[in-house]
Amino acid sequence: MSLLENVVLFGRLLRQAGLPLSPEQTRAFARALDWIDVGSREQVFHAARALLVTRKEDLRLFATVFELFWRAQSRGTELRLPRPARAPRMRDAEQRFDAFSVLSGAPADDDPEVEVGDRAGSFSAAEVLQHKDFSDLTPDELDEVRRQIRDIRWLVSRRRSRRQVPDRRGARLHLRRMLREAARHDGTPLRLRHLSRKIKERPIVLLADISGSMEKYSRLLLHFFYGAIQGLSDVECFVFGTRLTRITHHLRVRNIEIALEQAANEILDWSGGTRIGESLAAFNRQWGRRVLRRGAVVIVVSDGWERGDVSELRREMRYLSHRCHRLIWLNPHLGHPEYQPLVEGMAAALPFIDDFLPVHNLRSLRDLAGALASLPERRSRRAGALGR
Amino acid sequence: MFDSIDLTDEELARHAYIADAGLTTSLFLALKMQRPLFLEGEPGVGKTEVAKVLSRALDAPLIRLQCYEGLDVSQAVYEWNYPRQLLAIQARRGADDANGGDIFTEEFLLRRPLLQAIDRGHERAPVLLIDELDRADEEFESFLLELLSDFQVTIPELGTIRARHKPVTVITSNRTREVHDALKRRCVYHWIDYPALDKEIEIVRRKVPGLTEELSRQVVAFVQAVREEDLYKLPGVSETLDWAEALTHLDSKRLAPEIVESTLGFLLKYQDDVDRLRPRCAKLIAEVS
Repeated sequence: MSLLENVVLFGRLLRQAGLPLSPEQTRAFARALDWIDVGSREQVFHAARALLVTRKEDLRLFATVFELFWRAQSRGTELRLPRPARAPRMRDAEQRFDAFSVLSGAPADDDPEVEVGDRAGSFSAAEVLQHKDFSDLTPDELDEVRRQIRDIRWLVSRRRSRRQVPDRRGARLHLRRMLREAARHDGTPLRLRHLSRKIKERPIVLLADISGSMEKYSRLLLHFFYGAIQGLSDVECFVFGTRLTRITHHLRVRNIEIALEQAANEILDWSGGTRIGESLAAFNRQWGRRVLRRGAVVIVVSDGWERGDVSELRREMRYLSHRCHRLIWLNPHLGHPEYQPLVEGMAAALPFIDDFLPVHNLRSLRDLAGALASLPERRSRRAGALGR
Repeated sequence: MFDSIDLTDEELARHAYIADAGLTTSLFLALKMQRPLFLEGEPGVGKTEVAKVLSRALDAPLIRLQCYEGLDVSQAVYEWNYPRQLLAIQARRGADDANGGDIFTEEFLLRRPLLQAIDRGHERAPVLLIDELDRADEEFESFLLELLSDFQVTIPELGTIRARHKPVTVITSNRTREVHDALKRRCVYHWIDYPALDKEIEIVRRKVPGLTEELSRQVVAFVQAVREEDLYKLPGVSETLDWAEALTHLDSKRLAPEIVESTLGFLLKYQDDVDRLRPRCAKLIAEVS
């Protein structure tokens, strides 16, 4: 097989393995072979990596494919790449609540059927639905609620970026434009032109608890996330139970069935235990610097039921609160009138939260949308909980 | 000088830059193929240093563009000198010159880094460092994508300026956000990891010659152990060097817990991290000595 054929084959393998690769990159790699010793495994490896990989995350996959390819070539064997495993993960038969039943909307076997009651009461059915707790919905209502959640209009408060754009009411003079115009009028600036700072949406970071204690709510949270991602320009989504999983890229897919299925496949710890502190620690270390920028608003959805170390939760909450514009905690139980945030984990987190809000029915989600749209431009002083 | 991978390696070493084989290959290819070198990695692993070393080795001027949010053409490429333009208008008004004279000439042009880099006056290709691209916004990124493809800039009043020598371009990113793939694909990409133990010892020996060999080894082993700890921000190579430098001034012969604890600030930049590591210092020192 010629060298060029090898390059093309290798490029095809990488693409099959899921590495985004442009034809131009493959061509560049072919050209690079002129400059290096093609007999040296190390040199070929480094050259290929330099030109074909553009993300740190892909480095390991690249190394694996290269290793396979090089070995097969030196043995002269035909190479066939194993399909990357994407099969849905098998679940314990005992476990009733699995990702598929969540996403297909099929109720888990032990879901209680709840009577909607007399629809001819003083409230219209639609109005009732707005106030009905997510955990009490019948399958039919669930469908409707899901649809409504996805259709909520999300608006995020804006911030002034440092980019300058023309604006009649701006404070700064747009000198470049004024002088260009002046040149046309005998050097006399006839009109004042102004600039102001461009307004941009704040980034939103969603972190949702999908552990066992949140089971009745987490199925709907994904729909909420999907709606937010589709409606806003800069949203990052993470879920956690015992470990942290980023699902942003899955939810960006337009088709909701596919988006939710992919997201669910990625999540390994549905309805298990909760380690909020540990999960936040993972977020702070791996993602904090990358997604908490430019005045991000962080929304944590959890009941605060922590099975791990509460002091770790406290430490990570403090770190998080110092690095975002606003920290909002949504707790489904807060909707119940007699609820008190006495769970140890919730109590530990409270001092660092700006807004402590319920998330148990459609109404509360709409309220959240309203609150997000009108966040103050200044950071609040981290005095403690404001909501309720 | 940079004619083969081995020569590139030698050249880097001559300028006290210790690189691993991957970086050397990437750099060599970037120069040979005249592509920008895109360096990504945690803060303090020596990304910016690569451009400085290149400039010294090639004996070419280093032109640096520090990125920030809102960076635009007037700060990155060119701006007109408005005060001078206004003065010129005033001065010429009295004169007979009926059309007021042209105030959009090179005389009134302020050249920002990107324009400097493609200036036709350069004898040889300058080194262009676009530092911390992740701090700039998407608008600037798309502008850069255009510039990197043909190294020319059009100023409406003056016409198109095209580089005579393609600048040797180094782009760095701390990855506080994902830079668009389209841009990275035009570059030679390299992720700079923390160096291996022997490489980092070599770096410390080269950069902080005042430190004894034994202590250099201990310092690096300690820092590498710290990188395994559960911390918010891990120390980079530049922190290793700062700390090593500090230790030379303290005249210490070996790592002792009290010295390490009192100088932890050189390695760790968050108080939480310092608090977390302090009780573990003695144990880590025992492991590396």
